Amino acid sequence: MRKIKKVLVLGSGALKIGEAGEFDYSGSQAIKSLKEEGVKTVLVNPNIATVQTSKFLADTVYFLPVDAFFVEKIIAKEKPDGILLSFGGQTALNCGIELHKKGILKKHGVKILGTPISGIILTEDRSKFAKHLQKIGLPIPPSNSATTIEGALKIAQTIGYPVMARAGFALGGQGSGVAYHKKELKKIVRRALSFVPQILIEKYLHHYKEIEYEVVRDKYDNCITVCNMENMDPLGIHTGESIVVAPSQTLNNFEYQTLRNAAIKIARSLNIIGECNVQFALNPKFEYRNSKQYQNSNDRNSKRFEHSDFENSNLFRASDLGFRDFPIEYYVIEVNARLSRSSALASKATGYPLAYVAAKLALGKNLIDIKNKVTQITQSCFEPSLDYIVVKIPRWDIEKFKGADEKIGSSMKSVGEVMSIGRTFEEAYQKAIRMLDLDFEGATDKVMLKNGKSIIHELKEPTPKRMFAISQALRENLSVEEIYQHSGIDPWFLHRIKNIVDEERTERSEGARLRARRDRRGKSNILSKQRLLRLKQLGFSDRKIGDMLGVTGLDIRKLRKKFDILPYVFQIDTLAGEFPAKTNYLYLTYNGFHHDVMPLKKRGVIVLGSGPYRIGSSVEFDWTSVNTAISLKEYDRKSIIINCNPETVSTDYDISDRLYFEELTFERIADIYEFENPEGIIVSVGGQTPNNRAKSLKAQGFNVLGTDPEDIDRAENRSKFGKLLDKLNISQPAWEKVTTLKQAIAFCSRVSYPVLIRPSFVLSGTLMRVCHNKDDLTHIIKQTAIVSKDYPLTISKFIEDAKEIELDAVAQNGIVIVNVISEHIENAGVHSGDATIVLPPQKVYVDTQRKIEEIGRKIALALHVSGPLNIQFLAKEKEVQVIEVNLRASRTFPFISKVTGLDFIKLSVDSFFRKNQNIYSSTESRAKSRESLEVNNVTMKQFNNLNFVAVKAPQFSFARLTGADPILHVEMASTGEVACFGEDLEEAFLKAELAVGGKIPRKGIFISLGGEENKIKFLESAMSLAKLNLPIFATEKTAKFLRHHGIHSKHLYKIQEKKSPNVLEYFQKGKVDLAINLVETKFQKDESDHYTIRRAAIDHNIPLFTNRQKAELFVKAIVEKDINNLPIKSWEEYV
Amino acid sequence: MLGKLTLEDGSQFEGTSFGANKSIAGEVVFSTGMVGYPESLTDSSYLGQILILTYPLIGSYGVPDKKYWESYGIKISGLIVSNYIDTPSHFQSKQTLSAWLKSEKIPALEITDTRFLTQKIRTKGTLLGKIVLKDDVKFYDPNKENLVAKVSTQKIIVQGPPAGGGKKTVLLFDCGAKGNIAKCLLKRGIRVMTVPWDFDPFSSVIPNSFRDPGSNEMLKQVQHDKIDGIVISNGPGDPKMADKTIQTIKKVLQRRIPTLGVCLGNQILALAAGGDTRKLKFGHRSQNQPCIMESSKKCFITTQNHGFEVYKIPKDFKSWFTNANDGSNEGIIHNKLPIMSVQFHPEANPGPNDTEWVFDYFLERL
Repeated sequence: MRKIKKVLVLGSGALKIGEAGEFDYSGSQAIKSLKEEGVKTVLVNPNIATVQTSKFLADTVYFLPVDAFFVEKIIAKEKPDGILLSFGGQTALNCGIELHKKGILKKHGVKILGTPISGIILTEDRSKFAKHLQKIGLPIPPSNSATTIEGALKIAQTIGYPVMARAGFALGGQGSGVAYHKKELKKIVRRALSFVPQILIEKYLHHYKEIEYEVVRDKYDNCITVCNMENMDPLGIHTGESIVVAPSQTLNNFEYQTLRNAAIKIARSLNIIGECNVQFALNPKFEYRNSKQYQNSNDRNSKRFEHSDFENSNLFRASDLGFRDFPIEYYVIEVNARLSRSSALASKATGYPLAYVAAKLALGKNLIDIKNKVTQITQSCFEPSLDYIVVKIPRWDIEKFKGADEKIGSSMKSVGEVMSIGRTFEEAYQKAIRMLDLDFEGATDKVMLKNGKSIIHELKEPTPKRMFAISQALRENLSVEEIYQHSGIDPWFLHRIKNIVDEERTERSEGARLRARRDRRGKSNILSKQRLLRLKQLGFSDRKIGDMLGVTGLDIRKLRKKFDILPYVFQIDTLAGEFPAKTNYLYLTYNGFHHDVMPLKKRGVIVLGSGPYRIGSSVEFDWTSVNTAISLKEYDRKSIIINCNPETVSTDYDISDRLYFEELTFERIADIYEFENPEGIIVSVGGQTPNNRAKSLKAQGFNVLGTDPEDIDRAENRSKFGKLLDKLNISQPAWEKVTTLKQAIAFCSRVSYPVLIRPSFVLSGTLMRVCHNKDDLTHIIKQTAIVSKDYPLTISKFIEDAKEIELDAVAQNGIVIVNVISEHIENAGVHSGDATIVLPPQKVYVDTQRKIEEIGRKIALALHVSGPLNIQFLAKEKEVQVIEVNLRASRTFPFISKVTGLDFIKLSVDSFFRKNQNIYSSTESRAKSRESLEVNNVTMKQFNNLNFVAVKAPQFSFARLTGADPILHVEMASTGEVACFGEDLEEAFLKAELAVGGKIPRKGIFISLGGEENKIKFLESAMSLAKLNLPIFATEKTAKFLRHHGIHSKHLYKIQEKKSPNVLEYFQKGKVDLAINLVETKFQKDESDHYTIRRAAIDHNIPLFTNRQKAELFVKAIVEKDINNLPIKSWEEYV
Repeated sequence: MLGKLTLEDGSQFEGTSFGANKSIAGEVVFSTGMVGYPESLTDSSYLGQILILTYPLIGSYGVPDKKYWESYGIKISGLIVSNYIDTPSHFQSKQTLSAWLKSEKIPALEITDTRFLTQKIRTKGTLLGKIVLKDDVKFYDPNKENLVAKVSTQKIIVQGPPAGGGKKTVLLFDCGAKGNIAKCLLKRGIRVMTVPWDFDPFSSVIPNSFRDPGSNEMLKQVQHDKIDGIVISNGPGDPKMADKTIQTIKKVLQRRIPTLGVCLGNQILALAAGGDTRKLKFGHRSQNQPCIMESSKKCFITTQNHGFEVYKIPKDFKSWFTNANDGSNEGIIHNKLPIMSVQFHPEANPGPNDTEWVFDYFLERL
């Protein structure tokens, strides 16, 4: 066999619902693992915000779409020996299968490393895989696959409702669902078949347990299960949507081992080399009397793991040792022959570096030859033993999407997740709830549940709020059994939650009693030491306990310290303490009485990570955190990362010197700070969450590195910031903070509509809206916002047709040392996180650029900025206005760093520490400032000479969010991003669009232009489109307008017109592969017509453009560029 | 109610009692297995030991019917866990763990920092200790006693197909055998004769332990039947205490009868063949011990529960398995004859049954 010297690694592209940061983790570990073996790595991944696309990881990076077309060209150019398909999620796997099926890999002599492709293909074809499982004697739910709606209905009739419809080849269960009757099934199948050719209809296993195993196998057939996990939610809720615990809690040894054996059997049968994930459904109440039915329904395929021969034999019965195997009924539900979200979770839950090991195995190594990286003594062929419990909770942002259905079920809607570690379930569960960063204090928070719906309804139809529905139900004295009947959540979990509810209830009544006497006894006597410890061991936060007793969280903190009740630092060592481990992987618990490690003291610097991925805060802040930790090494500081997101690279065992897998709450950060007693803490690289903690950390006397928290507040506090801009003579859109509707109306009539309304301290524009008139304003305020003294509303003038421009910079002691300007394609009105961003700017006047830099310098100086700085501007007719300032790394930091080749994070870290050196050594500081100047010069020179263009494009996941309106507006909706390079704007943009799921139209183009302005302004583009000689379809008025200008189009009726030929019909028949729907935001008249068209486009997987500037650029790009001639260049060939 | 765990080094740990209200002394050991506490608690190899379970949440699926246990009752002396769960959820649960412990008169404490206790034992080695709930008791070292005699069967039990039906017969020396050993043999169609530890099939002297009046008949039958193979079971304590078994196995070796030793059986076989054993610092008690098969690329995940190891491999034998973590011996095999033993538990329960093939390997050679 040829020695593998160069390996192509496929990434997963932009983060999307169902395929998120976990693949940055797995890809990064794989690359690291290969590099250790001296193998050169070539990575294809357009996701510029990832850690894997960093210089210190892959040897060569291509920011190009992960699809067979581009990857073939890269293969031809790079000539790799091997390819890894299983580290980039479903995207990489699908691409790999296509490359294989088209014979491309064979043609270029590229060997697929790891699991053979035949095994992968088998798992991806549901009906073939079902047959395979039957053949090896493993039980599967009765099912059959269909390619048509009629076929699906027929199968369902045979099996009997309810049935589960599952789409093959789909990310995170997209297009899957449970149908209780014919009509529901029809709907699900129709939608699914627009994405995939085949759908599986299977028996719905109501309220079965869902259990997962992560299996690792090497080519010598050594096979282990690294972890098993139990979903708290019953089957029917996608595992990505479920609360998950590791290890399983309610399985006895027989169940555990039976499922483990089955998982291993599957891995062997597929010849897995690396890692795979197996999901099972387990009957929680198997009874013998059911077994007959079970056998019948399953033909002979099911296997009861009982030794019936012996059971029936008299000999066995006669024996004294009448042992009998346990009864069990289970089914194999799903197998992923690749790294998955679950494997990332398992990796973090156990400390076992799954992806790292899987990559070594793919090279043909033996498990016994790979050292256990955590203990450094033992090796990787073992199964981790945990002495803690892990709880994962997904994070949803469904309410950010207008029209989206809140119900959770068999397809994924969550955008991120958190993982917590504790030594009681209660401790871990309450921690996880706080980690979600949604201002929850714990399991018993009173959260507004759906209006008018009963608690039983909430339990039956789960939403992201179900944790609070459970505690509410318990408070309403529903029994555990009742809650189980409704929710399917095993009583084991409900009893634990009940324990939390009961303890709080006791404490509250006790608190009321004590409060009455507090005058005499003082605050410190409100709680006994024993009681306080008990509450902390059950995971209650200081603030929650304070709330129970009518004092503040800080009061409880003081009391805790007085009683010496502090959390203990425990290691995750993979062996439950059996061997001394050199691990730096830590968590805190109150269920202990010793520390596993000693504090790092002044050598340490804490870096706050980003917490869960969500709309507006994603992998970009992992890149910034990771780079900060790495940069600290240069200053000989020990990095201490705090983060709670299992999908990240920053929570990998070898990124930081110490990793606390912990909450990013003030309480927990302060606990860690006080334990470690470090030099300082960095709050400016993990996005908005750490930034929000700056003030309270400073108030506690902690050393916040970089810009002073007082100055951060001056930028974040709308009033202070407004005043500052006025003082600096920097223009800003007129704004006012109002506390009544009347004030709001008065302000608006003064500045004229449209206006933008929003609360202060927002990250991605929750409740942000543009109002075009008084009715609009009144309606929105009355419907969605509370306006009062406590909840003031900020209103600002919304400037139409303005360009949006961003300045990213690093300053030191108020002096800007480097800055870069980037430009948005979309005009103002689209959230900056959803905007398409171009670097270097193409349509920004030199004069404007000069003004922007000038303002940047002024603001940096005024706020004494040390570290990162981001300013967002509006530009219209050479007039520049400031709309927002962030004194933290912005989400564009990885993009600008990777495009310019200047590491903005490293420069930020420099700014933190050179400042200190200034104090100590004036000579050195002079030398340093000269160096800074040089950096500055280098930058300017570079930007003037950038001989390429880079475009960052957003990734949307609307398809996953049933009902969500895919239109872009001031609230952020994208889930990820990519960036591609090109010789010009069009080339870079086209590549980027293709990388986020765009397609070059080959069948037909649908155009619907709302309003006169859109029609006139888009005309030129429409004329270009006509040159493509593709059929053009349009709605009535648009068709008329186009005809008037000599463009032939076919008129289609709007969906609601219910006449043929209809838009929906053409979408369904697959006659359209580009939809352009521009609406006039001012007029809401046609809104529902347009909405149904947009939604139909999304539901039929048709690329959709709703923003004029972006649509125009796309048209220009597809008309001017020939996809076959796009240059295939690696990152290093550009930068 | 509060109780105390006192270790021989003088350290004391307070905890809430959830077992029997009684004091007990023994050897304190830890097990890192995450599942299968009913199986572990009924494993006779734990006799005389106070068991710390490192997995913090214990009691979650209650206690199943007796027929699923590994022996007729709880064999540990006492139990220490971090977080006892009194609200089990499992359709097979017949009682809570607490109720079971109480009915079997086994004390148990909830001590939060079981990790600290584990680290202590890991560093200092296995310690003697006592759970004190009412009256104080003296420290007690179970390894100074013949524990095997306490847990071995007192009569011969014959199971499986009738003699003469063409099925093989295996004599199982019960030194504290887990129920699943016999079952693994029975599953494979073997006729199993379970005999006491001090039974000598080659002598007509009835051992002391025979208290069953029907034993004489059985004995005759055993001696009459052709014995195709011998299995030496697991069991508690120092293997050297099982002197009578060692003597009998010496005879077995002379007669070249195919033999399989499991756990304590590995040590007994080694001793009978001229090898030697010694106490490990803190033993192997877990379900994730990797064992590499000698001169192969194969590694098996095994369940283990032992405090002693074979350190001198007897003449004519070679190492069969080695522990991948600490290099200790995990099994020996005769150079020519079908005589072998493993330090781990191929019968599992609890833990992975990845090495159940050892039974097949052995039985194929009868």
